[in-house]
Amino acid sequence: MEFLNYAIDLVAVLLLALGIKGLSKVRSARSANQLAAVAMALAVIGLLISYVGTPSFDGQAWAWIIVGTLVGGVLGAITAQRVPMTSMPETVALFNGCGGISSLLVALAAALFPGTLDDGTLVAVVSIVVSVFVGSITFTGSIVAMAKLQGWLSTPPWMQSKIRHLVNIALAVVCLVAAIKLIASDGSSHAALWLLVIASGLLGIGVTLPIGGADMPVVISLLNSYSGVAAAAAGFVVGSQLLIVAGAMVGAAGLILTQVMCNGMNRSLVSVLFGGALGAGSSSGGAGGEYTNITSCSVEECALTLEAAERVVIVPGYGLAVAQAQHTLREVTRSLEAAGIQVDYAIHPVAGRMPGHMNVLLAEADVPYEQLKEMDIINPDFPATDVVLVLGANDVVNPQAKNDPESPLYGMPVLDVQQARTVFVVKRGMSAGYSGIKNDLFELANTSMVFGDAKKVLGDLLGELKELGVGKK
Amino acid sequence: MDSLFLMGAATASQTPPLVNALWVLLLGSLLGFELIGKVPPTLHTPLMSGANAISGITMLAALTAIIKADGSTPLLILGSVSLGFALFNVIGGFLVTDRMLAMFSRKPARKENS
Repeated sequence: MEFLNYAIDLVAVLLLALGIKGLSKVRSARSANQLAAVAMALAVIGLLISYVGTPSFDGQAWAWIIVGTLVGGVLGAITAQRVPMTSMPETVALFNGCGGISSLLVALAAALFPGTLDDGTLVAVVSIVVSVFVGSITFTGSIVAMAKLQGWLSTPPWMQSKIRHLVNIALAVVCLVAAIKLIASDGSSHAALWLLVIASGLLGIGVTLPIGGADMPVVISLLNSYSGVAAAAAGFVVGSQLLIVAGAMVGAAGLILTQVMCNGMNRSLVSVLFGGALGAGSSSGGAGGEYTNITSCSVEECALTLEAAERVVIVPGYGLAVAQAQHTLREVTRSLEAAGIQVDYAIHPVAGRMPGHMNVLLAEADVPYEQLKEMDIINPDFPATDVVLVLGANDVVNPQAKNDPESPLYGMPVLDVQQARTVFVVKRGMSAGYSGIKNDLFELANTSMVFGDAKKVLGDLLGELKELGVGKK
Repeated sequence: MDSLFLMGAATASQTPPLVNALWVLLLGSLLGFELIGKVPPTLHTPLMSGANAISGITMLAALTAIIKADGSTPLLILGSVSLGFALFNVIGGFLVTDRMLAMFSRKPARKENS
């Protein structure tokens, strides 16, 4: 019997590892995700088998298991089906927060009822402390991240000042003191336990709240890694090697993914977390100067130019995702294609609301996969392009990153849109991108600004194109 | 303190022996670091969401809590709520990842067949 359990656990771990591995390749990603789901089911079955027949595993326990499973599972399934693709970052944050609070609750249960889940040793107490601390931070941090991405919360002004570092350091010290007190009392001090829960929860809020919307994906990815750590710590508490290994795998993989994302955004993890915001230094450094030489044009002119083009490249960005304009965009490109115009999409690695998000959104709007060109592929094509349509992207098309060694953006990989014959930038106003840096592209002679919300401009554009009879031959 | 620590290593009846557990932790972390080497940017979002679903593995701990509650109602409730949250994470995470990946696989598949 014991052998069977080990065998099930080993197979589950193997499948989980293969699942994570497969998720990093386009071809195998979907089946890998299903494989990981099977592995999780297997792990649960293994656990249930190992406890069948123990006296405490009675009808009452089954009843509570079924209630928890049904409520959580059904709500999860409904959420997963209903949530729009544009809200993916906050959805992942919400799911992640729930994973965090789950680990927190198990650790609380172990601490409040000593001897039932853990064996009361120092190892168990330390594991409880880690699980409570990380679980609590993950929970509040993820919920704040979700609320900020949804626009329910904005950063209070004092949070943007230096005071926040003092507050967070103070909270971290309180956590440390509570942790030491809890360990010293062998886990029996409930006051220390609750202090740890509250202080680490507040720390999660304090650390996440000042972080800007565009950096939030990195934070979510990091919190995702934390929830793996919390799970591993919970594994130490209840004595499950499977939980330890799976938690450790997710924790480590999440950390790597966070690093990969940071590289793509040309940001260091430290500057994301501690607010060495690109904008803060540069806007005072004169780079955020006024625009002097802006050409703006109407949607009508834009439509006329598009009609005459042979090759059009779309640069979708954050603004497009926020305006949920991907479907309208697809209609516009459909009519252009019908008129025999070659249309491609230039996808910057961090386009959208998080890396890879733009691919998901455009795929949802039925854009053929082959038309999504990665930056390195499309960059040599810009000189041969007639019209570039920049939709809600800013920093990723800033030529400063290539030309101006003084610029904070210098070195960041960008799309060379300025080499195209004509560039239209659809933007709501002249406000800076999230880096707060002036975009030289907007002042170039071949650039015209089309002001307005991406969805509305694209809707008008579609109307103009129809009037011109584009794609109606 | 020292004696407690040794006890933890030697007598653990439920907690796996500390040294073993630490080995598991170490190897699991190394595996995690190695598994994700080169990820195309396209897959960052689905990978994050998939890994997030896996982190709901903490439902095993919640299940253990319920099973070992031995009739203690507060422990049963804590375990059940914890299980609910974890399953929300797991089921929702896997389904939403599948929804995203389904959009990718649709078109390349058709392309390859033609």
